[in-house]
Amino acid sequence: MSSLPPLQPNEKLDVAKLLEGIADYRPRRKGWSWRRQVPVQKLGPFEYHETSESLQNSVPLPAAHYFGDIDPQPDCVVTTEIASGRFEDDIRRMRMAAWHGADHIMVIRTAGQSHMDGLLEGTPEGVGGIAVTRKQVRATRKALDLIEDEVGRPINFHSYVSGVAGPEMAVMFAEEGVNGAHQDPQYNVLYRNINMYRSFVDAAVAKKIMASVRMAQIDGAHNANATAIEAWKVMPELLVQHAINCAYSVAVGMPKEDICLSTVPPDAPPAPCMRMDLPYAIALRDLFGEYKMRAQENTRYMESCGREATVSHVLNLLISRLTSADIQSTITPDEGRNVPWHYNNVHAVNTARQALVGMDGLREMVTVDRTSPELAQRVRELKERALLFLEAMITQGGYFAAVEDAYFVDSGEYPETHDDGIVRYADGGVAAGSIVERAADYMAPVCHHFGDNHLPEGTAKACDLVGGCTLCDADKVPFIDELDPEDNVDTRLAQTADLRAHGLIKPEVQWAADGVVVVTLFLPVAERVAEFAALELGKAMNLRDPEVIHKQVMHPAEGTLIEMKGRLDAAVDPSTLVIPPRPTVLTDAAIRAFVAERGLKVVAATVGEDEHSVGMREIIDIKHGGLEKWGFRCEYLGTSVPIEKVLDAAVEHAAQAVLISTIISHGDVHRANMEKLADLAVEKGVRDKLLLISGGTQVTDELAKSWGMDAGFGRGAKGIDVASFIVKALRERGT
Amino acid sequence: MAREDTYQTERAHLADLSEAELEARFWQLSQQIVDPLVALARTHTSPSIERSVLMRMGLDSRTCMAVVAECEKRGLLGHGAGHVVWHCAHTWRCAVPEAALKLAAGEGWDTVTARWGGAA
Repeated sequence: MSSLPPLQPNEKLDVAKLLEGIADYRPRRKGWSWRRQVPVQKLGPFEYHETSESLQNSVPLPAAHYFGDIDPQPDCVVTTEIASGRFEDDIRRMRMAAWHGADHIMVIRTAGQSHMDGLLEGTPEGVGGIAVTRKQVRATRKALDLIEDEVGRPINFHSYVSGVAGPEMAVMFAEEGVNGAHQDPQYNVLYRNINMYRSFVDAAVAKKIMASVRMAQIDGAHNANATAIEAWKVMPELLVQHAINCAYSVAVGMPKEDICLSTVPPDAPPAPCMRMDLPYAIALRDLFGEYKMRAQENTRYMESCGREATVSHVLNLLISRLTSADIQSTITPDEGRNVPWHYNNVHAVNTARQALVGMDGLREMVTVDRTSPELAQRVRELKERALLFLEAMITQGGYFAAVEDAYFVDSGEYPETHDDGIVRYADGGVAAGSIVERAADYMAPVCHHFGDNHLPEGTAKACDLVGGCTLCDADKVPFIDELDPEDNVDTRLAQTADLRAHGLIKPEVQWAADGVVVVTLFLPVAERVAEFAALELGKAMNLRDPEVIHKQVMHPAEGTLIEMKGRLDAAVDPSTLVIPPRPTVLTDAAIRAFVAERGLKVVAATVGEDEHSVGMREIIDIKHGGLEKWGFRCEYLGTSVPIEKVLDAAVEHAAQAVLISTIISHGDVHRANMEKLADLAVEKGVRDKLLLISGGTQVTDELAKSWGMDAGFGRGAKGIDVASFIVKALRERGT
Repeated sequence: MAREDTYQTERAHLADLSEAELEARFWQLSQQIVDPLVALARTHTSPSIERSVLMRMGLDSRTCMAVVAECEKRGLLGHGAGHVVWHCAHTWRCAVPEAALKLAAGEGWDTVTARWGGAA
């Protein structure tokens, strides 16, 4: 229903345009979308067994160019979490994540909103972080409609039906086409300290509303994992938490296939995590086979090292592939730094895509040995421990009594307890005493309402009484614009309007034009000294607010790796840039055919008093994708070769091209060598028969040509560039 | 209270259960735990639930806040805030949003009092 023209891959998303007509926008579909799986799929040279339909637009994995740029999409939904606090920035980030394969976008809201008894309408009302509001939700869904059309796959939008305003959030989300949500009253009770009666009474209504639009529900059990002191001991309790939310959801009318367990492998290296987590994953899937698995990555043991987090994530993905996952969630590998870096979000999505595709069909060859004594015993033990937990809860007097007695998030493995669980009281917490018994004439004239509802006799459909409700008639949904005159999207966009109008380029991480950059330094000193030295170096780099976000000891005395962020108050005007046209390269087949036809030979050497050989090797060796790859015969004369000798060899071998490498440039020795080569070739009468090519870190095509060469290649040049030049030049010469 | 790991002794009554029996018991007990919670939810309401009813009746969130706050103050939530608004719209022969806006502005509560009693 969006009236906006489709997105163009080479154009930025226009947020101002997106907001036009937002009051009249209505979602075009409701409910969750799974990927369309393709049991056997041929892509490029390969056959896949666990993939889904491909995207129309995407950024393939970096190595895909070896395989015809294929971009196989795993069978499961892939999640990314995005929350900069500004939806106008978030939606650009969502577009990037979608191009890398994310089709479940979770907007994390501020924890403070959990305690707001009512909906927020376009104003954070003093609450920090992102406030989930109708305008933000509507604009995001509208943007995602455009983005999903661009990539060619439905994108699920997700947020939180939690806190003291759960039923209202559920209604707003159902009205606005939010496709999935966290909903678990236990989360409210344990982690938000919201009164337990209120949490469960509200949850029933919220779940029923979610079910009415087939929103996918994700529970909150993973938080026990992230909170417990020794996360591997919380496994029996996790099974219990999942069961309570599942059974409660089904009882209030939610279909089992819409109920997803938020499950995390509880451990991470250096623990022998696979042997500990696999039995848990299997016990979970045994017990909850009728439900969906949302596999989350472990964050409990996530430090500031992105590499370490990525390895743990991959081990988690191996568990998903060995067992099952319907939704594979990802967290930015630098969550340990507590900054929403959007490019690291994309890295996490790619970690999932790369690992899942890499393990495609693995289960057909590598299966879990359920007869392994340790595995079988441990799976059984976990189920029994969970069962003992449930039995004790019933003896205790039920769920509320168990929470009062600190059953949950205890660091002992049940029935062991350390008496350090979270305690909440039935008459305590936020909104205590706020539930009211429904009277004999209680009535709610709306659809999808849970619980006793005494509608007048003869009422066919509840909302007939009021001429329709918003769940049946989208035209009844009201819209309120942002109320805060200071903090709203219009004023925020105005602050960066100048940059946008002039197309100025400024680095960003969290928000548009925030100037945030990250620099990596190795400092050859001990950790503590390195940290403070880095901050001084940050100032020397003109970084505002430099802050060390990661440090890693390489050796206690020899040095420390530092990653530091800061703000760079500089912008580039693209109209001032001189960007040389990209050199065009020929196809492998065209080069190979020409080389074979002419029997092309080159003579190559590092000239002058110069012992560098690596650069030239990369240009000519077959191993590095050099000239030999296309059949060029290459005579490499070595390093520190006199110019005379190079030319003599060219004549002797009847070469068509001479390649000289000149890395050293002190006293313009590179220039002198090129001029000497050109002059000597003229003197010997062979200049017209030879292509003279030079390369080196200080060489540019322009400089080389001005010093008598036919071409020059600088930093980053590849064999394909040189090969393409030689073939094209010889074609032009007709020789 | 802290307790040593008593798993080996406590599991005695589970030891002979088959896998299927164990799993069936797991779900039977889970159901037993949620049954009273569902009953509580079926028979109770809350300010947020009542605001969610008014939202579904097409009212904006600020109006919902005002009407439910007043119902709460007057001890009327148990009858349903939607019921209150519907009753007024019915009595005044006007549209639901119109009735809600009037109530949100503090007007017309005598109609409510006439129906359910309490302070006018």
